Amino acid sequence: MKELLKYTLQLADNALILGHRISEWCGHGPVLEQDIALTNTALDHLGQARSFYQYAAEQFNALPVSEKEHFFTSSAIQSIIKDGKQVDEDDLAYLRDGWDFRNTLLVEQPNKDWAYTIIRSFFYDVFNFFFYTELQKSTDVTLSAIAEKSLKEVTYHLRWSSEWVIRLGDGTDESAQRINEAIANRWQFTGELLTMSEAEKAVATSGIGVDLEKIKTLWKERVAAVFAEANLDVPANGWMHQGGKEGKHSEHLGYILAELQFVQRAYPNMQW
Amino acid sequence: MTVHSFQEKFDEKIDREDTIEPRDWMPDDYRKTLIRQISQHAHSEIVGMLPEGNWITRAPSLRRKAVLLAKVQDEGGHGLYLYSAAETLGITRDEMLEQLHSGKAKYSSIFNYPTTTWADMGAIGWLVDGAAIMNQVPLCRTSYGPYARAMVRVCKEESFHQRQGFEIMLTLAKGTEEQKKMAQDALDRWWWPSIMMFGPPDAESPNSESSMRWRIKRFSNDELRQKFIDVTVEQTKILGLTLPDKDLKWNEARGHYDYGAINWEEFWNVVKGNGPCNKERLETRRKAWEEGAWVREAALANAKKRAERKNKEASAA
Repeated sequence: MKELLKYTLQLADNALILGHRISEWCGHGPVLEQDIALTNTALDHLGQARSFYQYAAEQFNALPVSEKEHFFTSSAIQSIIKDGKQVDEDDLAYLRDGWDFRNTLLVEQPNKDWAYTIIRSFFYDVFNFFFYTELQKSTDVTLSAIAEKSLKEVTYHLRWSSEWVIRLGDGTDESAQRINEAIANRWQFTGELLTMSEAEKAVATSGIGVDLEKIKTLWKERVAAVFAEANLDVPANGWMHQGGKEGKHSEHLGYILAELQFVQRAYPNMQW
Repeated sequence: MTVHSFQEKFDEKIDREDTIEPRDWMPDDYRKTLIRQISQHAHSEIVGMLPEGNWITRAPSLRRKAVLLAKVQDEGGHGLYLYSAAETLGITRDEMLEQLHSGKAKYSSIFNYPTTTWADMGAIGWLVDGAAIMNQVPLCRTSYGPYARAMVRVCKEESFHQRQGFEIMLTLAKGTEEQKKMAQDALDRWWWPSIMMFGPPDAESPNSESSMRWRIKRFSNDELRQKFIDVTVEQTKILGLTLPDKDLKWNEARGHYDYGAINWEEFWNVVKGNGPCNKERLETRRKAWEEGAWVREAALANAKKRAERKNKEASAA
């Protein structure tokens, strides 16, 4: 089912791109303990991405050739198909172009500073926590197994980012000002997390995917509760950017992929 | 007891191979030497995160990326244990970082070389971590207890790092012409700096004599260097690569490899700050520390507020 493949890729891409962003902090954190914590979180996201990509590759390889050929526009992947070879997790991460990436716009936003990094993680972690909780009930055994395994990690991520939102909101004047600025600038990327794409709608109906309507209220309540403890105001709903889930990205994704895919693109068809 | 009898008791412990613990009396020079060595070692771990961290976002496969992230995270962890071990000697982590940022404290010069290709991740793991293991295994039995115990943990993880580095090199060496070239190029650039990691020749090593006496050090620089070279020559054969030393030759009489003259001028030049990346590395560390100042202040302010609220609640109850 092609919708399931798109859905699996969306989950994989979100995890890969957020992990990539967080990994940019490695060696540059404000204090050694947090440097280590962030690196560990990046590793968790990467691990989740790999599980989803492996599953996506399995689904892709099972498609009839006629469907495979038109699924991605990347010539590098098309040449693998022409050679009659199978794709693997690395092909999906390293050889697809930006328009075939289905991650949300939020996760590709730059780190900027600690406040922007924390708020991006927090918005995403709240979503991810409720999302994986629901995905555990998926009728697709692979997705439900990945969700179950990942939920432990995500629970820790959410605790970590919630604590930092509180520290920054209820810390110094400077930290409160910085986190407020970060909220004001990143809020407009939260709507996409909870807006269902065509692929999401299709897999939700069949009991494979999560009905995001179910977690919308939970997301809002949790954000409001942590913000209240942090003395922060929840912004009015306002304009929300959309498009990432359909492959319409910000300028940032191109730079991420240029870096992430560099070695594989410069030296194609090699084992690393 | 007089200072004299304190000293005698300390010497006896050293001779009996007992460990010295934080509350034990120790000579000032012993304490200073250890602070210098352990903090230098801790700084090397965190500065060492940079040349490898440089390739995390560009790692050529998801598996390699995961292993590299885990490795760099381990290095941060080693930094933590070592800073904690040094703190037992009466210096704070902030003081040590201040010494790093001001340039007063040193870190291993090897991290002042650039990582220009993916093969450098292999060469660093294989050679740099390999040399570090040679240096560090004897430190698991060093006389100062907290340092020795930290080193036991560090060494376990380092041997995993070295294996993954060698595996990267092996994959490249068995790969395409371009990959072989990449591997050989990395070996050419990292070989000499790696064997310089053991420090100056014994005859010119200023801190060695007392460190040997105190069992902070157990083997001389030249002994460890020779051991490393002997092992690495054999590993290079498995890779099918060439070590960039035309004087390298098995010496039957010595039972060791002879090797060419080391360019100590380059070594001292890098120590003095003139390596290709000295300025960049320090600047990066300083920048991370300075830009993190408001974050650390916020965390402290929030902790204080929470504690005050807790006290208020307790007194109200």
